[in-house]
Amino acid sequence: MSTKPQGGNSVVGKPIDRVDGKLKVTGQAKYSADISLPNMAYAAVVQSTISAGKITAIDTAEAEKVAGVLAVLTHQNAPRLKKSDNDQNNVPILQDNIIRFAGQNIAVVVADTFEIATHAADLVKVTYAPSKSPNTNPDPLSNTLFEQMQKSPGQSRGDFVAGMKNAAVKIEATYTTPTETHNPMEPFATVAHWEGDKLTVYETTQGVFPSKKSISEMAGIPANNITVITHFLGGGFGCKLSVWSHAIMAVLAAKQVKRPVKLVLKRTQMYGPVGFRPKTFQQITLGATKQGKLTAMKHLSVNETSLFRQFTEYCTEPTNVMYACPNVTTAIKQAAINIGSPTWMRAPGDAPGSFALESAMDELAYALGIDPIELRVKNFADKDPESGKPWSSNSLLECYKVGAQRFGWAKRSPAIKSMKRGKMQVGLGVAAATHPTYRSEAGAIASISSDGTATIKSGTQDIGTGTYTIMAQVAADILGLPINKIKVELGDTRFPQTPLSGGSQTAASVGSAVTAAAKKLLDALFDLAIGDEKSPLQKSEKKDLEFRNGVLTKKGSKSSEKIGDLLKRNNMPKLEVTAKSTPPKDDKYAKRSFGVQFAEVEVEPDLGRVHVTRMLGAYAAGKILNEKTARSQMLGGMIWGMGMTLFEETLMDHKLGRIVNNDFAEYHIPVHADMPSFDVIFIPEEDPHVNPVGAKGVGELAINGAAAAIANAIYHATGKRLRHIPITLDQLF
Amino acid sequence: MRLNFSRRRFSQLLIASTVLSSLEELSPRIMKKALAETKDKQSGAVSSPHAYDLSINVNGKQHKLKIDSRVTLLDFLRENLNLTGTKKGCDLGQCGACTVHVNGRRIKSCLTLAVMHDGDQVTSIEGIASGDDLHPMQEAFIKHDGFQCGFCTPGQIMSAVALLKEPCGASDDDVRECMSGNLCRCGAYPNILAAIQEVRKGGKH
Ligand code: FES
Ligand code: FES
Repeated sequence: MSTKPQGGNSVVGKPIDRVDGKLKVTGQAKYSADISLPNMAYAAVVQSTISAGKITAIDTAEAEKVAGVLAVLTHQNAPRLKKSDNDQNNVPILQDNIIRFAGQNIAVVVADTFEIATHAADLVKVTYAPSKSPNTNPDPLSNTLFEQMQKSPGQSRGDFVAGMKNAAVKIEATYTTPTETHNPMEPFATVAHWEGDKLTVYETTQGVFPSKKSISEMAGIPANNITVITHFLGGGFGCKLSVWSHAIMAVLAAKQVKRPVKLVLKRTQMYGPVGFRPKTFQQITLGATKQGKLTAMKHLSVNETSLFRQFTEYCTEPTNVMYACPNVTTAIKQAAINIGSPTWMRAPGDAPGSFALESAMDELAYALGIDPIELRVKNFADKDPESGKPWSSNSLLECYKVGAQRFGWAKRSPAIKSMKRGKMQVGLGVAAATHPTYRSEAGAIASISSDGTATIKSGTQDIGTGTYTIMAQVAADILGLPINKIKVELGDTRFPQTPLSGGSQTAASVGSAVTAAAKKLLDALFDLAIGDEKSPLQKSEKKDLEFRNGVLTKKGSKSSEKIGDLLKRNNMPKLEVTAKSTPPKDDKYAKRSFGVQFAEVEVEPDLGRVHVTRMLGAYAAGKILNEKTARSQMLGGMIWGMGMTLFEETLMDHKLGRIVNNDFAEYHIPVHADMPSFDVIFIPEEDPHVNPVGAKGVGELAINGAAAAIANAIYHATGKRLRHIPITLDQLF
Repeated sequence: MRLNFSRRRFSQLLIASTVLSSLEELSPRIMKKALAETKDKQSGAVSSPHAYDLSINVNGKQHKLKIDSRVTLLDFLRENLNLTGTKKGCDLGQCGACTVHVNGRRIKSCLTLAVMHDGDQVTSIEGIASGDDLHPMQEAFIKHDGFQCGFCTPGQIMSAVALLKEPCGASDDDVRECMSGNLCRCGAYPNILAAIQEVRKGGKH
């Protein structure tokens, strides 16, 4: 059986509307905080206001006196938990009096209403013995760590020192990227509901299965007793890949008060205890021949982390794989300080790493007097420079070509400060992007009922990327049904196991599982007809059978049968199969998506204000399952890149060790008024090797390189090479 | 924002009657509150602010009830009326996810208390379609994929629908300015703009 649509009317790849669109525009889509259960109570957390030290007293008497308060849990009275070995994100939850970062959740108040819980949480009096020397500044530590790395570099290929000797031109620079906070629009929310020893958790998660495992380990509950549900997620961007302390507090609180409990974090409570992108310091050295061939590259990186998790931000990843350079050395170290644990944030490692690498490549281009695109093309890696494996597909060169043409790169005058529009200084910048293509084992159920409607069930969650829609498309093509005859149910651990929605792997992983399940269903359907004496198709050859619009037919004959007739005669209300799709172990190919980011800026000469006026991305990411939803993801990624370059920074008061800009008024994300005009190009790629659906994932590719493209455009406009983001007025003035 | 603070209401707030008329619509939450307050009297515990009369029209339906004076209009919609389409993104007036119409104007429902809307007409995202017929703005959002996760969407749509009647200029930049109180972390802005401009140009509203 081929993967080609049976009916010839393929919906895969078409820019069809989201199948859950109506639910979303009418307010009917139920997110975790929208869940309401009979007799539900509300919880509010109390967070530490110091960054290091001890709680010497925690007085809950006043809070407990408030009418409607049901319980106050602190380290003094919470049930004892065994620390899970797998949970590195959290400090022991309500288990001791030690404070390791500001914003640590130290108490939870449960009450009849949200207002009572919130009020009572304010009445919890905490007395601290602050540590004399909290360390919340990674800057000094980073210098020591760089010295160490310079002495003994880590991962290498070739001989960096020899490579530098052959270099006619050298670039050496340090780039820094800030702490950034994910800030999905949907705050973290947990609704915990116990029925006997069975627990249902409506959780804001990018992975219902990993959450189930974590909750089981962290709260000491047998996994078999737990169901985790996420029907809709209001964005995650990485912070919702993990179970954080408040969710466990909700579970414990619900047990304690013997009622369902809803706990929603306040926006201001989401800066610190639920992850962030760590601040990074990156040193890059590039050597190249006069003609622009890279002879050596070194990329050293330090990222901040907490005292209890050695989180690595893999900034050096792009340097290892992006260019065909024989001599490459990379190393990463962590500076551990009194902050919450960092975590993955959209394109972890790649987003800040590509800012540094692609800025350095731009510096090299100017040093050589070579066009920045030409320099990149010259160093194109025609196979994976790390493993030496061939690419499953790689259309990067096409991205440069098509992107440059559409963006009008040829009209750019190469010299800095050479372009003007009225009073504005104009600059055009470019950067390359890549992202690994991941895939994990995943399962799906496919069924078809006698009315000709098919249902797909899979544990995976739609985090906003369009999973409901693309899974319906994949199934529709294989089952020869119109898309409105496919029902997709997701986000529930009672459905087949799937991986977390991270690393842009859902389309490939779950798409492959849905493909397998739909094919298996078709197979089962044909078997049923072939083995049914009363079917006009009995004893047919399977290869001659087709199923289209709910009717089974036999090629070259008039025999046919409706699905309803076949199932009814066999007393089957529906036919259902379960399938699993596992990626091959030894892969012959290196698998990555590639792209090129273009940006145009206007800089006000008097004020140094930067306006991004145009952004264009040309991407090659395998088969695009839905052009409409994929384009939206690319736009989102580019906008993230813009926020990263110009606005976003989580600021720490190093004296207090507290984050000072913990809301949307102070932590700036891009808004409508910041928007430039956008252009998204997908380079068509048919990749038979990458995975059964041929898709490479798109969500993270689109942020990679975007910051460098904008920073490079600012350099082109102003002649100012800015190596620290966000690029703010004071740096340009 | 209007504040209807009659003397009678004010004294009610202070004296706090826990006697609930059987004619009044009671959410389970208010019942719990009433019980809590009874318990309160017995135990002599510190008293919380009291239930308060509210008569409010939401999406064409009249509601008459008692409510804790601290409940925001947003939480009233979400937790008391179970109209959870309106979202809480920040509870600080900074994101626009909670945008609803009060007497025809858009406001951020997290920044105002329910009791301040006695006698008001509120429209939420659940109230702009007529039956199965979506509002043109809702249709346009679907067509232009004006969302990803959909969490900011009810607020964006409520702002966009209100904008149709506001003196907002015709250009894309004007619309961007008028919509900048509604944040979208997924970055659906260009598609939202396209949806709004299509509806404005189509004049189908
Ligand atoms: S929830 Fe009201 S503005 Fe954010
Ligand atoms: S659609 Fe996700 S925040 Fe706007």
